[in-house]
Amino acid sequence: MVTPMEARTQTTTNATMLGSARAGANAPVASEAPPPPLKAESHNLSFYYANKFQALKGITMPVHEYCVTALIGPSGCGKSTYLRCFNRMHDLYPGNRYEGDIVLHPDNTNLLAHDVDPIEVRMRVSMVFQKPNPFPKSIYENVAYGLRVRGVSNKNLLDEKVETSLRGAALWDEVKSRLHEVGSNLSGGQQQRLCIARALATDPEILLFDEPTSALDPIATASIEELISELKKKVTIVIVTHNMQQAARVSDYTAYMYIGELIEFDKTDTIFFKPRRKETEDYITGRFG
Amino acid sequence: MRADIAARKRYELLFGALGLLALAIAVLTFLTLFVDMAVKGLPRLDLDFFTSFPSRRAANAGILSAWVGSTLVMVVTAVFAVPLGVASGVYLEEYAPKNWVTDLIEINITNLAGVPSIVYGLLALGLFVYAFGLGQSVQTAGLTLALLILPVVIVATREAIRSIPGMIREGAYAVGATKWQTTKDHIIPYSLPGILTGVIIGMSRAIGETAPIITIGALTFIAFLPPSPVTTDFPFLSFEWLKAPFTVMPIQMFNWTSRPDEAFHANAAAAGTILVFMTLAMNGLAIWLRYRLRKNIKW
Repeated sequence: MVTPMEARTQTTTNATMLGSARAGANAPVASEAPPPPLKAESHNLSFYYANKFQALKGITMPVHEYCVTALIGPSGCGKSTYLRCFNRMHDLYPGNRYEGDIVLHPDNTNLLAHDVDPIEVRMRVSMVFQKPNPFPKSIYENVAYGLRVRGVSNKNLLDEKVETSLRGAALWDEVKSRLHEVGSNLSGGQQQRLCIARALATDPEILLFDEPTSALDPIATASIEELISELKKKVTIVIVTHNMQQAARVSDYTAYMYIGELIEFDKTDTIFFKPRRKETEDYITGRFG
Repeated sequence: MRADIAARKRYELLFGALGLLALAIAVLTFLTLFVDMAVKGLPRLDLDFFTSFPSRRAANAGILSAWVGSTLVMVVTAVFAVPLGVASGVYLEEYAPKNWVTDLIEINITNLAGVPSIVYGLLALGLFVYAFGLGQSVQTAGLTLALLILPVVIVATREAIRSIPGMIREGAYAVGATKWQTTKDHIIPYSLPGILTGVIIGMSRAIGETAPIITIGALTFIAFLPPSPVTTDFPFLSFEWLKAPFTVMPIQMFNWTSRPDEAFHANAAAAGTILVFMTLAMNGLAIWLRYRLRKNIKW
């Protein structure tokens, strides 16, 4: 098992490989409280689309348990591609290829291994998409679907799970009287919370958010951000965002990516106030991107 | 500048007028044909016309055997074309690997939709009537028309599936669904309105087909009905009707129009009016079903 400290060193190594010598950069971090335990980590992860385009170049990065990890970077930097490796979404399209691995703790399962079924991965790592995508079914069936595909048909259990998931997504009070109405009639923000409830219903270990607020108005965005901060008590979260303020508001750790490479990974405060790399600083301060 | 805009707008007006003219020609031609037929046929349309067999006397002749034959043939067509066509479409769209074999099959299916129907008739004569020995019967006609509309059903199914956004599919996979679960819980239900529309459009084409039915040897004069599908003895269902000789509406019309007696032409016009109404009713049903089923499907 790789300890958090080792993972951190690997990140450093990775960054060093990218051409920046930063000896001793770890020293100030070590004096602070130890980082939370690891939930997952990617080792030297590269990804190739079917057209041979290499979208990720050797990414080594930790994901800490019960924390929010934000992935930021300009369009096309590979942050969404990286996120979608965590639940093997790329397997849906033929010709895509992974190299390296993503290890999920505590059982050290390599999510990208050939003998690990993507369905198993998606049962442990759930996802919320950029645009709300509720099924054109009732609110109840939307939330219950993840359990139904696992063969759960006990009405009481489903009722209970639907309620706790909708409460977890801060949607219960708004929809409890109309659980059997169609989910696509809800507002955009409610639809996105419905999708979060759907993802929560199966008790995932990691919840992936792919720019969850990019299709929402500012008020709905605020409610989703508040929800994310609440959810991290129960589930590890990785979020891709275009919005740097959002990353600063909701995340504990931030990774800055650029053209398929991980430029810098650190605590969010450090990334935003004392970035070690010039590229990160340029992006954060808006001089670039 | 204003002169320039006005000049450009004249072309807009010109195209609008041309389009309207084209539409008017199409609609008026159809209306003239239909009204002419309806006026000739309407005096013959009464209950007896539906409940009488064809006769040597035009005034006594009816379309009983024709509409019963058409209905039975359509049932056989639907029973074979719908499951085969929908399953093929779903397989091609969701399961088939994207390679040159699939591409070849795709191109062939699209081309099959354009093959003249008489060719299907010849195929059916050789295959169903002679090779399989199914006879010049309801089942042969149903299978032939099923073959004829199969490409229509497959193409409609594929188009309906393609209109489902990828994010809905990803949403299902993301909670751990298998491909079959995604297909049966999402892909098929959400593409059902489109599939049904395609099926009904295909069926309304099949109901008017004459050439392949003549080729396989439908009778032009038939004064009895196929055996009833419901019997008084156990198991109360009989499939003898499948093997019965038959005729269909367009053949009955064809028969009457080819007679010298003017009175039979009125019969043909009446039968034609009914056939047009049957087709319109089927298309109406397709529109209504699509509207009803799509009401709750929004992305």
